[in-house]
Amino acid sequence: MSAATLHRLSFYRLWAIVRKEFIQMRRDRVTFAMMVGIPLMQLMLFGFAINSDPKHLPTAILAADQGPFARTLVAALRHSDYFALTQEPATEAEAARLLQLGDVQFVINLPADFSRKLLRGEQPTVLIEADATDPAATGPAISAVRAIADTVLNRDLTGPLARLRAHAGPIDFQIHAHYNPENITQYNVVPGLMGVVLTMTMVVITALAITRERERGTMENLLATPVRPVEVMVGKILPYIAVGYIQVTLILLAARLIFGVPMIGNLALLYSVSLIFIAANLAMGITFSTLAQNQLQAVQMAFFFFLPSILISGFMFPFRGMPQWAQWVGTCLPNTHFLRIVRGILLKGNGLAEIAPEIWPLLLFLAVAMTVGVKRYRQTLD
Amino acid sequence: MSPTDLAIDVTGVTKKFAGKTVVDAIDLSVRRGEIYGFLGPNGSGKTTFIRMLCGLLTPDAGQGTCLGYDVLTQQAEIKRHVGYMTQRFSYYEDLSIRENLDFIARIYDVPDRADAVQHSLERLGLQNRSAQLAGQLSGGWKQRLALAACLIHNPQLLLLDEPTAGVDPKARREFWDEIHQLAARGLTVLITTHYMDEAERCHRLAYLAYGKLLARGTLAEVLAGAKLNTWSVTGPGLLELAAGLRGRPGVEQVVAFGNTLHVSGRDAAKLEAAINVVRNPRHEWTRVRSGLEDVFISLMDEAKDNFA
Repeated sequence: MSAATLHRLSFYRLWAIVRKEFIQMRRDRVTFAMMVGIPLMQLMLFGFAINSDPKHLPTAILAADQGPFARTLVAALRHSDYFALTQEPATEAEAARLLQLGDVQFVINLPADFSRKLLRGEQPTVLIEADATDPAATGPAISAVRAIADTVLNRDLTGPLARLRAHAGPIDFQIHAHYNPENITQYNVVPGLMGVVLTMTMVVITALAITRERERGTMENLLATPVRPVEVMVGKILPYIAVGYIQVTLILLAARLIFGVPMIGNLALLYSVSLIFIAANLAMGITFSTLAQNQLQAVQMAFFFFLPSILISGFMFPFRGMPQWAQWVGTCLPNTHFLRIVRGILLKGNGLAEIAPEIWPLLLFLAVAMTVGVKRYRQTLD
Repeated sequence: MSPTDLAIDVTGVTKKFAGKTVVDAIDLSVRRGEIYGFLGPNGSGKTTFIRMLCGLLTPDAGQGTCLGYDVLTQQAEIKRHVGYMTQRFSYYEDLSIRENLDFIARIYDVPDRADAVQHSLERLGLQNRSAQLAGQLSGGWKQRLALAACLIHNPQLLLLDEPTAGVDPKARREFWDEIHQLAARGLTVLITTHYMDEAERCHRLAYLAYGKLLARGTLAEVLAGAKLNTWSVTGPGLLELAAGLRGRPGVEQVVAFGNTLHVSGRDAAKLEAAINVVRNPRHEWTRVRSGLEDVFISLMDEAKDNFA
């Protein structure tokens, strides 16, 4: 080969590199699977699961008036597709509780004198109480209500009653946005960020922590010492629990000082529950680290877990806007439950009793991830 | 010999990975204070055998003791009294030398830890480099650090897996002087190597191929046991001569050493007959003592015929 060809860009040499890269890509099955899996997952999540116009939101109705006008109104709300009438609480206290637990998104109060006032042209007041912790979830439904209000009774208001249509609107809808009356998005996003940040860092850090020891050969050395597997695992988790708490504290400080997020509930309770969530994510990371052959794979697996944790957990898009299958998948993710806990404690002032339904799924997740992780970790020894 | 004089005393040790027998019924006894050389080609099962001795792997079959502890059930005790140096540098590259030693000392719960770390640094001449990150060390210094680390808990047995691979001759010699001093103080050392000069510095040797122990004993015993005959030849046209010898009955090895050729075979009569065919006055033939390398290659060829 002459000096001239040596210094020129050689497509032959270039091709050698390209070929080698393809061979290596094919050898690393997990990476290859992720290259296909991550776009597919994104397509499924963005294409089918995510919906910024959530419909069929669970609604409780407190109907003190059962007359024909009231029934028409209720039917119209249902037909709007935004409201799914799931509960009929007997008392206002019961309705308030449903809202606090997050079992319903709305409570509709039809006053006892609804029909009477309507007929008198006195514009009866219908109170809609909304759980506005996530303004994105309630916004479209509330807009729909106002549209319904103007036209809903046109069919019933015929003959002598037709004069009532002339009013600015026969019904006066009052909307009470609970927990976040000004519909400030940050109130929802900033507490939610706590779960997202913890998921991202905790899973990635532990997934790497053990894979790195194996990849660098230091694991073999460690195992030849008297140190026990459980000591290695717990010893690796503990420092990151401290890291997790620093992150929780940072986010809470920022939420308070920069974004002015209300903190109604008990912060000690929040800190205690965070431990379960942090541990669940660390256990997930350990499980990944026993599955991954190298650090790249570990990061990819963590990313594969992280993606649905932000997209279908209710962090970025309203949980109830998703189709049923996506909600089921979302329910399996610890972040989904932790988000509800954090928002519940900070914005709604929920106590232990109210967040209990979200705690046991976290504990279950922790138990499963820990069992799989420890089992797989032991297998890697022999 | 009473069992307490033996640091390692195992019989029938076997390990299979995915149905493949990697270590096949090995018996081995190593006396206390002995430097025992473990040789064999790559993939012969040396590392797997060592991992079973130090409690990292559980044998599928076989029994025995290491430092008087059962290799099947008392792995925790074995780990406490054994120093294991892995083939690859396996300390933390992002920790300094002192931090690495301190970490290992803590793991072994070494009494008077600070003193032990300081003493270990001084003995290996690492005290001036104690703050240096392990990852920045050259191969020779990494090896010194690894040796210091696996000695910090005063083990009774050292298992060294190719400790001198990639280390320069001077550092290698210093390393062996250190090993001999340790052995003189009663430490037992099992060491794997591919270097013949290192094999000759061991008190006793074993040769492993295809998971089986093919020869063992002192250097002289191994050489004698192989019953290998070797001729040395010098003169012109050695390349053609070698080509003419290879494949003849009785000729098992033809190896060039600079300006001489070593021709070996186990059957002395056949070998001589083969040599006589190509013999001519231009070459000078002399009968020499077989070298360890000739013996090992012969053992491996024989093993290949038998097992592979």
